[in-house]
This record gives sequence, C-alpha cells and structure tokens, in this order.
Amino acid sequence: MFSINLEMQEVGLTNGTPVETSSPASTSSLFNRLQLEDDLEADVRDTYADSTEMRDLFVTVDDPKKHVSTMETYITYRVSTKTSRVEFDLPEYCVRRRYQDFDWLRIKLEDSQPTHLIPPLPEKFVMKGVVDRFSEEFVETRMKALDKFLKRVADHPVLSFNPHLNAFLTVKDLNKRQGLALLSKVGESVKHVAGGYKLRARPAEFCAMGEYLDTFNQKLGTIDRIAQRILKEQSEYLTELREYGGVYSSWVGSEEELRRPLEGVAGCVTTSCGALEDLGDNMSLDFLPVLREYVLYLESIKNVLRKRDQSQAEYEGRLEAAILRKQEDRTPMPLEVEKCQDKVECFNADLKADWERWQSNKRHDFKQLLTGMADRNINSYEKSQAAWESLITLLQDKQTEDKTSETN
Amino acid sequence: MMADSGSNEEVAVIGNTDITSTETESNIINTMVERGTALLRKMEINVAEAEKRTGKNTVNMQETYTVYLIETRPAETVPGGGAPAASDTLWRRYSEFELLRTFLLVTYPYIIIPPLPEKRAEFQWHKLAADNLDPDFVERRRVGLENFLLRVASHPVLSNDKIYFLFLTEEKGWREAVLETGFQDKVDSRLKSLSAMFRVKNPDKRFTAMKQYSDELNTVISQLLRVRARVADRLYGVYKVHGNYGRVFSEWSAIEKEMGDGLQSAGHHMDTYAAQIDDILEEEEHYADQLKEYLFYTDAIRSVCKKHELIQYELEMAAQELFSKKQQREELATGTVRVFSLKGMTSKLFGTESQEQRESRLAALEQSIQEGEETLKEKNTECKEFVQMAWEDIERFKEQKDKDLREALISYAIMQISTCKKGIQVWSNAKDCFNKM
Repeated sequence: MFSINLEMQEVGLTNGTPVETSSPASTSSLFNRLQLEDDLEADVRDTYADSTEMRDLFVTVDDPKKHVSTMETYITYRVSTKTSRVEFDLPEYCVRRRYQDFDWLRIKLEDSQPTHLIPPLPEKFVMKGVVDRFSEEFVETRMKALDKFLKRVADHPVLSFNPHLNAFLTVKDLNKRQGLALLSKVGESVKHVAGGYKLRARPAEFCAMGEYLDTFNQKLGTIDRIAQRILKEQSEYLTELREYGGVYSSWVGSEEELRRPLEGVAGCVTTSCGALEDLGDNMSLDFLPVLREYVLYLESIKNVLRKRDQSQAEYEGRLEAAILRKQEDRTPMPLEVEKCQDKVECFNADLKADWERWQSNKRHDFKQLLTGMADRNINSYEKSQAAWESLITLLQDKQTEDKTSETN
Repeated sequence: MMADSGSNEEVAVIGNTDITSTETESNIINTMVERGTALLRKMEINVAEAEKRTGKNTVNMQETYTVYLIETRPAETVPGGGAPAASDTLWRRYSEFELLRTFLLVTYPYIIIPPLPEKRAEFQWHKLAADNLDPDFVERRRVGLENFLLRVASHPVLSNDKIYFLFLTEEKGWREAVLETGFQDKVDSRLKSLSAMFRVKNPDKRFTAMKQYSDELNTVISQLLRVRARVADRLYGVYKVHGNYGRVFSEWSAIEKEMGDGLQSAGHHMDTYAAQIDDILEEEEHYADQLKEYLFYTDAIRSVCKKHELIQYELEMAAQELFSKKQQREELATGTVRVFSLKGMTSKLFGTESQEQRESRLAALEQSIQEGEETLKEKNTECKEFVQMAWEDIERFKEQKDKDLREALISYAIMQISTCKKGIQVWSNAKDCFNKM
C-alpha cells in the first residue's frame, strides 16, 4: 500500500512537467524507493495470489466497430473502466478508441515513465498485404492484444497512476497534439545520450537479464516456428482426413451388410475432423498471439535495458569528468552528477521491480498457455475417442442382436 | 491271479486304446483328404518364422530370398490324441506359394481363391521401407502367408485338395507333384480362350452384378489405401513436429528457475508423444493389410466371373452351331436357300447334285446334329454345375467378407480409441508438468 502512495506522489510530480524531471530526483524519495524494494518484490511474487483484492482499476477492450468515412476506414474498440480510485471522478467510464489512440498512450507512457517497462502493443501491420486488416479474425486478435496491453498497464503499480492513462480511459476526445511535441523532445535527448559515453561495467544482474532475453527470444522463436509448423501439418492432415472419411461414405453404396459399420467409420472420421479443426482454430487464435506478445515484450525490455545503460553511461561520464576536475581544484561533487546517479539508481530499482513483475507474469502466462495447449489436445482426443467408442457400442449391439435373432 | 489278470486286462485295454488312437489318427488324415471336413479341426497350421537365404538362381546368379517355415501338427482337440503330437515343419519360398495358388486357381475355376499377400509393398506411406527384405515387411508377409494357408484350410472345397495337403506336409517332390497334374496345359488353353474376344449374348445377371461389385470394391479399397497412406504421412508429421517441443523445452528450462523442472519434464512427455506415432502407424499397417487382402480378392472374384462368361460363351456357341446345322438340314431337305451362300451359288452354277450325294450329306449332317445336341447338353450341364458351384462359393465369400470387414472396421475403431487414449495420457502428463511451473 505504501508503494502505491509513493507512486502517486511521483505521478503528481510528473503531471504537466517535462519528462526529464519525471523520475524522482530527490534522494529522500530514492531512499524510500530502495527501502521498499524488498516489500515490492514480495508483493509482485504474490500478484496472482491476491491480485483481485489489491486491484481497484478494471479495464476491458471489446466491441470492435468499423468506421467508414470518405477519408479513411478504421476500427474503434470500446474501452470500459470500473474503478474506486479517487483520481477518477466517476466509478465507471466508457469510451471508444482506435489503434492509434493506444499507440499514443504507449508513447506517452514510455516518455513519462522512461525507467519502466511498458507492455507492448500489437504490431501496427501484421504481414502487410497478406492479412485483411478488417477481417473478423484480424480484428478479434488485435482486440485481444489491445485488451491485454491495457490490462497489463492497469495492473501495474506505477503505470496505472499515469495521468495519460487516466485521460485515455476517461476523456471523450483525446488531445494528441501535446503528446507528439513531447515525443520529438525525448527522441533528441535519447539520441544525445546514445552518442555519449561507453559503459564501464554493467552490473551483473543486468548482464544476466540481457543474456536471459537473448536466449528466451531464441526459444520463443523456435516455439513459434514449431507451433506454426504443427498448425500447417495439422491442416494438411485435416485435408487428407476429410477425403479419407469421404471414401468410406462412397463405399457404403456398394455394400448391404456393411452399410452401418462403414457409415459409422465415416461419421467418426468426420467427428475427428471437427475436433481437429477446433484445435487448430484455438491454437492459432490463442496460442500464437501470446507468443507474439512476448516477442514484442522482449523488445520493450531490451529498450529499457538500453536506456538504463545510457543513463549509467551518462552518470559515469559525468562522474569521471567531475573527479578529474576535483583533483584539479578540489570543488565539491556537482549536483548534476548526483542527479545522474539518482537517475541510474532509480532506473535500476524500477527495472528490477518491473523485471520481477514481468518474470512472474511470464511464468503465469506460459503456465496458462501450455496448460491450455495440453487441455485443447486432450479435449480434441476425447471428442474423437467418444465418437469411436459409441461406434463400437453400436456395432457390438448390432452383432449380439444378429446373434440372438440367429438363435431364435 | 485275480490281480494279475486284472492288470493284464488293463494293459490290454491300454494297448487297445493306443491302437485305436493311431487308427483314428490315420483315419482322420484319410477322411480329411478324401471327405474333407474342415481341415483346421484336425490340424494346426502356422507359418512360424521367416528366414533370409542366399543361393544361386536358375541362371546361376546370386540372389537373396526369404523362406517361410510352415509348421503343422495334429490338433489337440482330436479325440484320443494322447500325448501332444510332434509338429511337422518345412520351408517354402514365396514362389512356391504362388505356384500353389496358380494351381488352385486353374483347378477350381468356380472358387474365389484366397489371395496371397502382396509381393512388393504397395500403398506405402513414405517412412515405411519398400525393400522386400525389410524385416517389418517380411513379418507382415509371414502373417499374410499364414492367413492364406488358413483361408484355404478352412474352405469347404479347397481344404480337401491333395496338392495343398502335400504342400503342407511334403517338403521334397511337391513341385513335381504339382507339375504332374498337368494343370499348366489348362492354364494355357484358358489363357488362349480368354484372350479371344468373346461376347456373351445372355449374360447371367447375378454374375454381371458380382463382377461390377468386384470392380467397385477394387476402386474403393485402392482409393482408401491411397488416401490412408497420405493420412499416415501427415499424421506422422504432426506427431514428429511435436518432438521439437521436447528439445526446445529442455533448452529453455536451463534459463528458468521456478519453471525449469516443469518444462524439462514436459519436454520428456513431448518426446514420448512424438515416439508414439511409430507404434500407432505400425499397428495401422495391419488394418491396411486386411483391406489389401480384400483388394486382391477382387481379382479372384473377377476370375470366377470371367470363367463363367467363357463357359456361357461356349454354351452359346454350341447352341448356335447346332442351330445353323439344323438350318442347313432344312435347306437340304426342302431345297430352299434362305441365305445367300457359296454352297447355294455352286449348286446353281453346277446344277443340282445327285440324290445319292444329297442323301449322304443329309446323313452326315444328321450325325453332326446329334453330336451337336450332345455337346449342347454337356455344355448346358457344365454351365449349370458351374453356376451352382460358383454361386455357392460366392455366397460363402460374401458372408466371409461381411464378417471380416466388419471385424476389421471394429478393430480399426478400437485402434483409434487406443490412439486417443495414448494421446490423452501423454498430454495429461504434460499438463501436470505445466501446472507445476
């Protein structure tokens, strides 16, 4: 609870002030932040144990609508909010937003909360030209991804208090001009820092993060390829299986006694085809997008890591210069250097907290994803097993029936 | 004394039973060959094993071939059989099975002769070796050959065949015995007559329908087998690609803390899943073999139908010949020429023949008409008998086919259930691991 209060304070600071000062620079707030770190970690670990009790902001993205005007055609989604937070005037909101509004929000979050890990948005274009942007499937998948994005933001102890989120959730018409101006500013500052100093030594834990991200990215890629390959093999299998069932049906015509068993087998094959089709649909709708989200997530994390490195580099550079100067004229450490140090500390703390949170989310998400995959496969097998079993019952009943009629 | 005589009596009785038992046994074999109650009740037949051999063939070329061990023993259910009789074993090559079948085919044209298993693997999905010496193929062929022998043994007519019996029991001299029957001459004349184009005027509708059915069955089963091979290929792919999860989960687990163990063991289950398909498809091959047997049966049906057509054709030809002879007789008797003929022309050009000539021609014609009547009668009987015997066997075959294919379909369904159960098992295990993450 304390952590939330602290973040609110921080948000208060951020409100309306330029990005550069958005992270708390005062040593006292930093001290608090570091003090809290252990508690925060504990909280994060239990996020899924009692998350609903802690949560006081609920958001949903649904009900996509197509808008056709002379200028453009686009989709809007309904964004509904329920909350008990005092920052909101009303307990419930309902607005319509399009993809670029989400994009605006994400940029805003990234600008105003540079030390934090911002969840990824779905890509603006998925396979250009191949996918129809207005197809039901595409819109559905995107809607789910936007919902996921917004939920992740709303569940975040810091990001959920960001005033831009508040505006996004509540204001009828977003004024996005302001945001764009800010973006160019940040771009410059990032570029400036990037061209600066070379990092001396990255702390071991961030090195480990980088290594983890590389390996995980690789594994995700492999899993994605496997999943897609399985879908392809399954759909080809399905095509053949359909034809196979058809052959049994066509056989029925030349038989008398074998009609029932042949029809039965054809029926079972059809049932299995249906089960298999459901499996494929579910996997491509639910499994692949999660992998996709995590690939994008990894990009976001890498981004934050890079920014952290930059801020460390900046600090180290300034420190070095200051030390040199100090040796010459024995002046005290300039405030600027201290500020930089604070910024690095802040970065490290935020990133570590977000990392823990992300790890916990990831563990939960993949547990759910893989369990779901197992469930779907089990379900598919169960459906076809049931069909075959009922066929056996039918045929064996028929056999005993025949036998009794023979003895009679 | 009393005790002695008692024991003597007992010995005598035992001796007696022994004699009777051997007598019955030899009787059994005799009856089996002569009267032919189902051979299987008296004798157990199996193809116990296959062995690869290398030898020189007729043109002195080195060749590798497979021989199959046929094992026969008197059935234990034989009354008074006493101690389990020793089994008789002998080796046969596939080509000898072929010779036996050709012999049966020629000797019993009215019977649907059970087919042999395929000589070369057909309708294969790509993972199965097409090599004739592949152990799996040899094993499936062993089962198929045994099935062939059992089919013949349980056939009411074929089971009584002497050559078949010798095939099972006499390793040496069998080939000579077959050739001595002179069945090959029949083959040749049959092939000649079959190659001649003939059209039957009044085909038997039942046989026409049967022939059509065998064509349909042939088409549908070969289509089924073709598609099944493709289905098997695809299913193989689906399972094997899952095996990649095994590897990647295991690699991924190395960088995870809490999730690591669950991932690692789930990976093992994915490996198991990928491996399942080998057994599944191997088992399914048995179903394919059952279908193949009936695919090959369609040729046997066709051959019976063709033979019937041939006999029918010969009958019709005999009838036509008789008819034209009768017509000639009428012409000769009345002196009218109904149809323009060379004979008519010559008689017109060179004047009418003498009365004597006419008389003798008429007598010769009369004689040949009588012969023709005989032939027609014979052909008629032959045809009737053929139809009766063939139809009896066709009815028997239909019953057997309905029963066999029904059972094959049921066992296929059972196989599918087992596949589903295996799948559910392995995914449930994986799910438990995922849940522990």
